[in-house]
Amino acid sequence: MSVAPAEVERPETEQQAVPDTPWVTIVWNDPVNLMSYVTYVFQQVFGYSRRKAEKLMLDVHHKGKAVVSAGTRESMERDAEVLHGYGLWATVSHDK
Amino acid sequence: MSARRGRGKDSSGETGDVVEGFRGRRGGGVAASFAASQAGIIRALVSQVADLVGSDPAAGGPADTADPADASVSSAAGAAGNSLEDLAELLANSGSATPPEDPVLARLLPDAYLDDSAAAGDFRRFTERELRSGKVAAARTVLDTLPEGGGRVELSEEDAQVWLRALNDVRLALGVRLSITEDFGERMDDLDPADPRSAYMWVYDWLTFLQETLVRALW
Repeated sequence: MSVAPAEVERPETEQQAVPDTPWVTIVWNDPVNLMSYVTYVFQQVFGYSRRKAEKLMLDVHHKGKAVVSAGTRESMERDAEVLHGYGLWATVSHDK
Repeated sequence: MSARRGRGKDSSGETGDVVEGFRGRRGGGVAASFAASQAGIIRALVSQVADLVGSDPAAGGPADTADPADASVSSAAGAAGNSLEDLAELLANSGSATPPEDPVLARLLPDAYLDDSAAAGDFRRFTERELRSGKVAAARTVLDTLPEGGGRVELSEEDAQVWLRALNDVRLALGVRLSITEDFGERMDDLDPADPRSAYMWVYDWLTFLQETLVRALW
C-alpha cells in the first residue's frame, strides 16, 4: 500500500502524514456499509471536507481500500478503534 | 459498499406500509414515525446485536449482568412476538462467541492488523471491551428512544448519530448472516418469495433505506 492517493492531489490541505512516523490507517471495502454513511463517517471522525471524504469513500469502493489517515502508530490505532465503533473495517499498517 | 436504490415507496409484509424514514427537524435533530411492527423489528434486532456483542466470551455470559439496564436489552426481543423471535434467532444462532470464529462478531469486532497476529491480539486486548460496551450502549439508546408501540420518534443530533451506528451494526450482522454481497440489488429483484430468507432480505433492505434517510437528515 502506498501513500494515500487522496493526499497526493491536495497536499496543502488536511495533510496528516508525519514523515518520520509512517503509519497509516486503511479502510477496506465491504458490501454492507452505505456510501453515504462512509462519507459521513470520514467527515465526522477526521473533520474532512465533504469533497475529500467522498473521494476517499470512492477510493475504498473502487479500489477495495484506501488510506484514510497517517501519523504515529498510537494515533492510527486510535483512528482504527473509532472507525470500528462506526462499523467500518479499518486496519493499521506500517507504510514502509 | 452499497448505495440504496431509489424506490418511491417501500412496502413489505414484514415492515408494514409506506415508509418515510428520517427527516431533519427545524429546531435541529431528526424525526421519523414507526408502525408498531417496525418498532418491534428494530427493537428485536438491536437487542440481539447487543446480546451478541455484550456477551463476554471469557466469562461465558453477559459482560455486566449487574447492570439492571441489561435486562431490558435482553427482554425486548422476547416481548416482541414469535416471528420476531425467529428473526432475532437468525442473529443469535452462532456457533461460538469467540470473535475469530463467529463471523458476525468477527465483522463487528474486526482485527486491526492483517499480517501481525501479535499486534492484532494486543489491539484487541486493549480496545475490544470498550468497543463492545459502546455498541451495547448504542443499542440501549435505540431501545430507550423507540417505544415498543411505535409512533413518532424525535432524536437529538447526538442520539441520531448513536442510532446511525446501532442501525449499521444491525445491518452488518444481517449482512453476514444473509451473505449480502455487492449485487444485493439484483438479488432483491430476483427474490423468490418462497425463499425462507426473503423476509429477512426485505428487512435488511428496509433498514438500509432507513439508515440512508438518517444520514441524509443529519447532513
